[in-house]
Amino acid sequence: MRELAERVASELGGESGESPGFAWVRVPPEKMLEAARMIREAGLEHVKAVTAIDRPEEGEIEVVYHASSYEPGRRGVLALRTSVPRDDPRLPSLVGVWPSAEYMEREQWEMLGVVFEGHPRLERLLLPEDFEGVHPLRKDYEVRTA
Amino acid sequence: MSEAEERTIELLIGPQHPASGHMRLVARVDGDVVVELRPDIGYVHRTVEKLAEVKTYLQVVPLVERPALADTANHNLGYVLAVERLLGVEAPPRAQYLRTVLAEISRIHSHLYGLGILGIMLGSSTAFMWCFNDREPLIDLAQELTGARLTYSYMIPGGVRRDLPPGFAERAEKVFRYLERRLKDYERLYFRNPVVRARTEGVGVLTREDAVRLGVVGPNLRASGVAYDVREADPYEAYPDLDFHVVTREEGDCAARMWVRVDEIRESMRLVREALSKIPDGPILHERFSKAIPPKWREWMEEKRRVKIPAAMVSLRIPPGEALSRVEAARGELTFYLVSDGSPNPYRMRMVTPSFRNVVLFRHLIRDCRVADIPAIYGSLDYFPPEADR
Amino acid sequence: MVCGLAGTVMVGELERSARSASRWLVERTPLRTLRDWGTAFSLWPVHFTTACCGAEFAAASAPRFDAERFGFLPFVGPRQCNLMLIEGTLTRKMARAAVWVYEQMPDPKFVMAMGACAIDGGIFWNSYNIVRPAEILPVELFVPGCPPRPEAVARAIIELQKRVRRGRW
Repeated sequence: MRELAERVASELGGESGESPGFAWVRVPPEKMLEAARMIREAGLEHVKAVTAIDRPEEGEIEVVYHASSYEPGRRGVLALRTSVPRDDPRLPSLVGVWPSAEYMEREQWEMLGVVFEGHPRLERLLLPEDFEGVHPLRKDYEVRTA
Repeated sequence: MSEAEERTIELLIGPQHPASGHMRLVARVDGDVVVELRPDIGYVHRTVEKLAEVKTYLQVVPLVERPALADTANHNLGYVLAVERLLGVEAPPRAQYLRTVLAEISRIHSHLYGLGILGIMLGSSTAFMWCFNDREPLIDLAQELTGARLTYSYMIPGGVRRDLPPGFAERAEKVFRYLERRLKDYERLYFRNPVVRARTEGVGVLTREDAVRLGVVGPNLRASGVAYDVREADPYEAYPDLDFHVVTREEGDCAARMWVRVDEIRESMRLVREALSKIPDGPILHERFSKAIPPKWREWMEEKRRVKIPAAMVSLRIPPGEALSRVEAARGELTFYLVSDGSPNPYRMRMVTPSFRNVVLFRHLIRDCRVADIPAIYGSLDYFPPEADR
Repeated sequence: MVCGLAGTVMVGELERSARSASRWLVERTPLRTLRDWGTAFSLWPVHFTTACCGAEFAAASAPRFDAERFGFLPFVGPRQCNLMLIEGTLTRKMARAAVWVYEQMPDPKFVMAMGACAIDGGIFWNSYNIVRPAEILPVELFVPGCPPRPEAVARAIIELQKRVRRGRW
């Protein structure tokens, strides 16, 4: 997985690295679709997790796709990550490349407000109606701690 | 509205329905045939991911257990593995074997829960009663080991909280022999019952390509012929030392999913027997934490074979980093992605539960089938709404 | 309306006086005792397996702890049930459904809140998506535990039965 990450990073002008449990490649948001297609062609056909991480100090939201395969020999995890600006978080949806990302992208839109353009159904999934426009997993939405 | 649409009616099933957990199925039916079905989830959304950001690392342990109450040990294990990877420690071998034993016991009684729910959805309340009754000896075993019936909170970062009580292996052997006898009775009454077979064979067929494309996990995936099990793909804890075989079936229908669970129960019993026979001696808590305990308590710990949680673990601060852990929970692959930032709370905890990855199957499988197939397919997926909604 | 009936004379509307007469009769012992006894031993809960406590509720109905010997039979539809057991955390989306189910149940009906989450939020006390059942439904009994053991559920059923038989509902 590390080699694949380095290959994708070098071809698309990003960077790659490794963390406990997975290898990762970071690309700018416009290259996400192309990077996803490259990873898909390398045989990683499903996504285990789509995570959006709110980083208010840097003014951006990081979106990470953990992709892998069920075939023997390719079962490691490769994370495709990018960062979008916090006040206008838009990304192309990767549902066309990885159908398994559909519900997870929808959930991250609901929780953090990242708009996945081209997603077949970007509607509320888990929250009731009075959460329209409110994105609870952002850091400025606070829960009581006392 | 087109003529076809005029003929169909929208049927709302749920959120209160006589099965496990709350979810709503919005079915569009034409007579007795389901045209399409949309799942409406979120009725048990308890915001575990947000709460994890305001609790300490140790406080998150009981929090992540609550989504899947039928299978808490594996959720506990997944989270603790992620924390350990962030810290760069590995639990001592004895603790790893103990974790494996509890994880497999948890898997067995979670599968029995799933089979019981499938039974009651098909209308067999006897199957429900038998399955839930046979969970009790396993829950007693777990209670002996951990002190709790279902919410064990047994695994902590660095090890486990208690050691094996004396005589555990013999009692486990008795329980497994009882369960093996009972599984034969189950075959006659439930699994090979002509009514159950008619309602589950050939119903809700999931092809191999669709299972892989949709990212399905767990017994639902293995029943469609894909031999993927995290215990074999990315072994953790004591699984590399144990002789583990992945259980698969080829047909991909409800009956295959049921049979995979039954065979996995047998496989888990074998794994527990093997683990209990091979368990090594040694400490049950990593020395990074045990050396932080005052010596007086350390003697008590040695004598009682229990752990006093040190202050270093209660106020654990992890330097900035990230880690991914995956375990095979009873319902499928459970993924934890943990991001730390040096504070005592996780910065972001992403928990993708197997039931959440299987939600897409409701839309995909329950199509062009009869209304009476809905409970059969729903039960065979072993979908647990609190786990999917977290 | 005055009507003569084989020598007796009834004053006032026939139906209204018959109804108040029957209510007077039922509220007197021994009929009231019989009614309370019958209600207490046929408390059928609606299948409202809210959250994790549902697993212990199912275990309480399972053969080992057998709540059915108290007359406690989980039944499929709210219209035939008279007990609602809020097992576990009640989220906002589900709270609406809980009130609808409660309104569908016929009188006399009782509500029991099971688990720490149903009492005051439990481990999810600071979550933005949960509701305390006591705020929306008239809860009679709270069963503490996370999850409560099936024996605790059985004890709660017995406690509710005692209340019903004493006529305190």
